Amino acid sequence: MSGTVSNTFQDDMDTQGKSIPGSTDRSEKRFRFILALCGSLIVLLLLAILVTLLVTALPSIKEFGLFFFIGKVWDATTETFGALPFLVGTLFTSFLALLISIPFSLAISIFLGEYFKEGAISGFLRSAVEILAGIPSVIYGLWGLFLLMPAVRFIEMKIGVAPHGVGILTSSLILSIMIIPFSASLGREVITLVPGDLKEAAYSLGATRFEVIKNIVIPYARSGLTAGILLALGRAIGETMAVTMLIGNSNFLPTGIFSPANTMASVIANEFAEATGVTAASLIYIALVLFFVTMIVNIAGTYVIHKLSIESSKEVS
Amino acid sequence: MTGNHVKRRLAEDIFFKGMVCLFAFISLLPLFLILYYITKNGIAVIDWDFLTSLPRPIGEAGGGVFNAIVGTLMLIILSGVISIPCGIAAGIYLSENKAGKLASGIRLSVVVLQGTPSIVIGIIAYIWIVAPLKTFSALSGGIALSIMMLPVIVKTTEETLKLIPYHLKEASLALGVPYYRTILKVILPSGISGILTGILLSVARITGETAPLLFTAFGNQFMNINIFKPIDSLPYRIFYYAMSPYPEWHSFAWGASFILVVLTLVLNLIARGISVKWKTRF
Amino acid sequence: MENTVLKIENFSASFGDNRILKDINLTVPRNVVAALMGPSGCGKTTLIRCVNRMHELIPGATVSGRMTLIDEDIYAMQPIILRRKVGMVFQKPNPFPTMSIYENVIAGYKLNGIRIPKPELDNIVEQSLKKSALWDEVKDALHRKGTFLSGGQQQRLCIARALAMNPEIMLLDEPTSALDPKSTSQIEELFVELKKNVTMLLVTHNIAQAARVSDVTAFIYLGELIEFGPTEKMFTVPKDKRTEEYLTGKFG
Repeated sequence: MSGTVSNTFQDDMDTQGKSIPGSTDRSEKRFRFILALCGSLIVLLLLAILVTLLVTALPSIKEFGLFFFIGKVWDATTETFGALPFLVGTLFTSFLALLISIPFSLAISIFLGEYFKEGAISGFLRSAVEILAGIPSVIYGLWGLFLLMPAVRFIEMKIGVAPHGVGILTSSLILSIMIIPFSASLGREVITLVPGDLKEAAYSLGATRFEVIKNIVIPYARSGLTAGILLALGRAIGETMAVTMLIGNSNFLPTGIFSPANTMASVIANEFAEATGVTAASLIYIALVLFFVTMIVNIAGTYVIHKLSIESSKEVS
Repeated sequence: MTGNHVKRRLAEDIFFKGMVCLFAFISLLPLFLILYYITKNGIAVIDWDFLTSLPRPIGEAGGGVFNAIVGTLMLIILSGVISIPCGIAAGIYLSENKAGKLASGIRLSVVVLQGTPSIVIGIIAYIWIVAPLKTFSALSGGIALSIMMLPVIVKTTEETLKLIPYHLKEASLALGVPYYRTILKVILPSGISGILTGILLSVARITGETAPLLFTAFGNQFMNINIFKPIDSLPYRIFYYAMSPYPEWHSFAWGASFILVVLTLVLNLIARGISVKWKTRF
Repeated sequence: MENTVLKIENFSASFGDNRILKDINLTVPRNVVAALMGPSGCGKTTLIRCVNRMHELIPGATVSGRMTLIDEDIYAMQPIILRRKVGMVFQKPNPFPTMSIYENVIAGYKLNGIRIPKPELDNIVEQSLKKSALWDEVKDALHRKGTFLSGGQQQRLCIARALAMNPEIMLLDEPTSALDPKSTSQIEELFVELKKNVTMLLVTHNIAQAARVSDVTAFIYLGELIEFGPTEKMFTVPKDKRTEEYLTGKFG
């Protein structure tokens, strides 16, 4: 019989380098290794994406450097590439879409989070929003082509601008519909998280429901609503198909909300299949920028949500 | 004086509630219009021939989307085979390792991957698979879609498994069951409804994706089941037909859209059914 | 030695720098119910979790000293093999939610991949459920899920699950603390019946329970074994002043 066994686990911990010691069983080690491997694969995948984009965009990065972001000309025949028109196109469409969608998504959030928390109407609205989120982008594009485009063209003829039908406004409209579900569902969640006793305190002072929403609920849920808006923005910036179908594929700097344009995503969709050499590298350069921008927006949004959930769990305990 | 003040505030209150309801329901308008258009225009072209025949060149009447349906199913299977095992394993890793450098690295990567625009993933699959093989292929499309599925599966698996009480794991370990069997035979089965729901939702998400297929699976008006050749898919076919100048093809786009929407809705419904019906009682 | 099931010598356990158990010495004879009692946080649960090496599943856990199960060094065994010889019943009933009552009883075999012919399994299920006094209540519902049973029934199912492995010793971690009085008394009666076949180590914070069911009792206080001996003797003439104070409700 063996002697004392102090520190058996300590050894195990060192060799395993992980938190649960005590198993001398090899199958467990192998299993944990496979799990860790699959997990690491995801990190590696992300790094590989980043490195791939960087390396393949290198010819364009070397050639244009930071001037890429202020160059107004995108011309494959002279191999002059400036991405400003697409940066402007992306920011223009995304923020316009955000602006249009906020009243609607906020209304849905308040409706579901405050006025009708349960019941048939709320269930109906909630499933409708879910369906809206599940409709493929290409179908939004198709619908936009046959309903939104003629409508916008009609308006353009009425007010006397060139009746393209496609362009910034049309794309923003379709984008705003597509991103409503994202900010609305998160908004609903944070609004339901507002503590009841805070609201009751305000009611007991004689406040109306509107005043409670305006002065208690919205300020309390502010950071969560911001997170929802950030995630919706990330979505709008990266959205490709519907925008590609409705923006008019123009590589010039947009001149107004009716002007045809291209976003970062749509120019890639339109041109990448036929691109070679520096053109392809420049498109990948755009993809790299797109990747970074959405990454920052998403990390920021997730960070806000994370902080929020920590705070609310603190309050419970 | 005070009476007027109260009246004004009450009026304000009612007005606000009215506005909230109004805006909430106006946002449903597009949904109904979309569903209405798809149903009206879609049903008009859908018949047996549409479902079972191949696209025909312009000028010839008829034709269908059979190859696109087959292609979409193939892409779903391909991407599922690639992403499901790895995604579940990574999800288990996260639920078993709540803290730690690798775990937070994985969590961050999942967030970033989930937010990465699909067109960027399309470019990646092009560079990794299409360029070296020198041909568009179903395989490259499947890989692009699997990168999109992966974060969803990891996240739902982690969240599902986190909710499984620790005492179940203890019960199994106390019976002398090895760790890997405890995970595979006790923990995973207890979370199966959540994991399946996650898989179905991720499938529903990628079924309609077009952007990552533009330069990977590409499109193919013929029937193809070779994963190293270009393949057609429903969303790509919709895009192709919608952007064409021919009214007949436009109506085909609506028909394909109808099939695609029904497919994604059914997947969503099944997912929801599973999460309710198969829920494990602890 | 013949009559000793579990022998604990100079045993200490810690989490990180925090010493939970200090130099415990304890010998548990065969076919008894041995109660471990003491105020909450005294280390009694840690002690039984060291017997089947569940303690070490928590990060930072260390032990020193020696424990033997029928002359075999516990800390030289494979934990998996050890745990199959040591049954454990937890505070909260924890039947496997995805398994039927039948499958729950043979879970130890099934999950370990031990193949046994069906008639023999049937026999194991019946015998184990009879031993845990659950057979009559569930014999017609063996293929229903275990989670549909009442709390007391679930706990008896968990006892049957442990018994099915023919353990040398059963560790009972406050097994009745989550149950109503009627289920509690049923399970206490069960223990008295079961000790004919198996040795039991019962952790309880309930002094009356220790008095009702145990043959020997150990009193643990602040990680130290204060007193150990026949239950009757300890409850009537405690040797240590702290034991007396605990038994008379002066603290804890």
